[in-house]
Amino acid sequence: MRKWIWLVFGLALLAAPWVFPQSAALSLLSQCGSMMILALSFNMLLGQTGMLSFGHAVCAGLAAFAAVHVMNRWAGGSPAALALVPLVGGCAGLLCGAVLGFITTRKSGTALSMISLALVELAAAGALMLPAWFGGESGISTDRVLGAPLFGIDFASQLQVYYLIAVWLFVCAAVMYGLTRTPLGRIANAVRDNPERAAFIGHDPRRVRYLMFMLSAFFAGIGGALTAINFEIASAENLGLLRSAQILLFTFIGGTGYFFGPMIGALVGVLFSALLSTYTRGWQLYLGLLFVIVVLFAPGGIAGVLVRLASVRRLTLSFLLPFLLRSAGLLLLAGGSVFLIEMLYRRTAGL
Amino acid sequence: MEFTFITLLNGLSYGLLLFLLSSGLTLIFSMLGVLNFAHASFYMLGAYFAYAISVKLGFWPALLLAPLLVALLGALVERFGLRHVRRHGQVAELLFTFGLSYVIVELVQLAWGKSALPYAIPKQLDGPLFTFYSTTFPICRGFMMLLALLVLLAASWLLKRSRTGLLIQAALTHPQMVEALGHNVPRIFTLVFAAGCGLAGLAGVVGGNAFVTEPGMAAGVGSIIFVVVVVGGLGSLRGAFLASLLIAILQTYAVALDVSLAGGLAHWGVVLDPDAAVYPLLQLTLAQLAPVLPYLLLVLVMLLRPRGLSGVRD
Repeated sequence: MRKWIWLVFGLALLAAPWVFPQSAALSLLSQCGSMMILALSFNMLLGQTGMLSFGHAVCAGLAAFAAVHVMNRWAGGSPAALALVPLVGGCAGLLCGAVLGFITTRKSGTALSMISLALVELAAAGALMLPAWFGGESGISTDRVLGAPLFGIDFASQLQVYYLIAVWLFVCAAVMYGLTRTPLGRIANAVRDNPERAAFIGHDPRRVRYLMFMLSAFFAGIGGALTAINFEIASAENLGLLRSAQILLFTFIGGTGYFFGPMIGALVGVLFSALLSTYTRGWQLYLGLLFVIVVLFAPGGIAGVLVRLASVRRLTLSFLLPFLLRSAGLLLLAGGSVFLIEMLYRRTAGL
Repeated sequence: MEFTFITLLNGLSYGLLLFLLSSGLTLIFSMLGVLNFAHASFYMLGAYFAYAISVKLGFWPALLLAPLLVALLGALVERFGLRHVRRHGQVAELLFTFGLSYVIVELVQLAWGKSALPYAIPKQLDGPLFTFYSTTFPICRGFMMLLALLVLLAASWLLKRSRTGLLIQAALTHPQMVEALGHNVPRIFTLVFAAGCGLAGLAGVVGGNAFVTEPGMAAGVGSIIFVVVVVGGLGSLRGAFLASLLIAILQTYAVALDVSLAGGLAHWGVVLDPDAAVYPLLQLTLAQLAPVLPYLLLVLVMLLRPRGLSGVRD
């Protein structure tokens, strides 16, 4: 059963560009891919170890800067080198995670969140202060075409970049899934659920948290480097709180309790923000509202809802009728609020 | 002397505003165990409500009504949001308030637009309180300090000496017992949350016109108050007081000082090569570093004293 899911996932990754061949769609798919890696790695912290860190964008962003600097040094290199740039990003992320994690994982729970928040602010402000390293407001741009084509691959076209991201996504997802099956992954779950008991059976919760933080930062670094390759730029806003919040929102909306949840969240989130932002200025409000609603009414996220729906064996009338009624009511409520919010936006725009 | 004194006063007034903010946060955290991420958003709402009321009724009614409105909102948030999330644990509560802060900023922009509001200092508070040599100290800053001190005294009296405070403290340590004695514990929780939010709103009323009222004001002060609370020690009101003064004074002095490491080295006769990799880092002046000093302080405190200055619980 599980093997089938991975096969389907791989085939979907392969087939996606043929189903949506437009260049805009390809760029969206590439964004989804790198966001999926970020969301999955974030879920190693939030879902698996129970650490709500706001510092995730710092690891990804600093790795993006490392990737950009490396690419600019290797301007005359070969495309084969570019395929390894994400690994450089991963190492940068690991280093960043080792430093940040040392400070944040000394605490747990809410204190950890607050400290990571402060570190995000520190990193974002620090990056703006050092324009020589981080390019100030405009960021540092780069060129992903490193040299002459190798077997016809030079990463000049979006399709090739998409496949690069897809391959890394598949590998990272597989490794991260494998990690949940290892003893470390299991102990991380134990630390999340009951740190005292984990400590009693001889596992220092702080060390487990620190290890998971570093590993998660490694994958975040890969995701960050892929983002930099995709956009050919790394800027200070990649480090900031807004970016961290975005990853957090997407991951949680997708569902932190299931391995595939964050991937669904990344897909929905990127599509949501990219498509909706062309129609309305209020898309961030809708995203925020969606998040609050998920926290209040569906703590399992979209994945949780899907799993619950899939577990319904027989569609009886007694199940279907209240379900349909409730859905209709929710839709009506949502439509009404959207109408109200849009009217308000029109009014403030007119002022 | 003049510089030192005026900077100290400016630092103190900013510090007391920070304390007004972080006291509400600490109150809510130490009582309910909820880390209210939307606390700075309530501060922002306080400023915006005060602006809207002061346009119609004047500043003094706004000073009373805006915090009450914010407190009412806080009560609604606790009653219809937080109470339902509580059974999912601390992280869920944190996530809920985090999402709330996101929504509130958007709603404020929806209602009042993205640009800064002309929320001015009222006439009675506009002017110099006193002049020291050639520098004047504005009345509104003095008013801010007075207000914060009054709140500090009132809160500590209410919690330590009054019957209500006794009941609140009892409800936190032994909720079942207090419930059995016929008190409504969930309502006490709602009231405490509302009071904390009201304090944030009050800070917004005075902070909004002393600084600036714009949609970014919550983000600007939001992480600083978390630093204050962590540095002071989670849940300790005295720690929050010490930390807010410390951070504010540190920051105000740093803003006024234009020294850098490179300058210091040059003073000692060491001249650096501008091409060296660390040159930009040494070139930074203390004034440029001022915004990140609280965060650096936090890292330092975390490394040396993970419990915070006077923390009692993790």
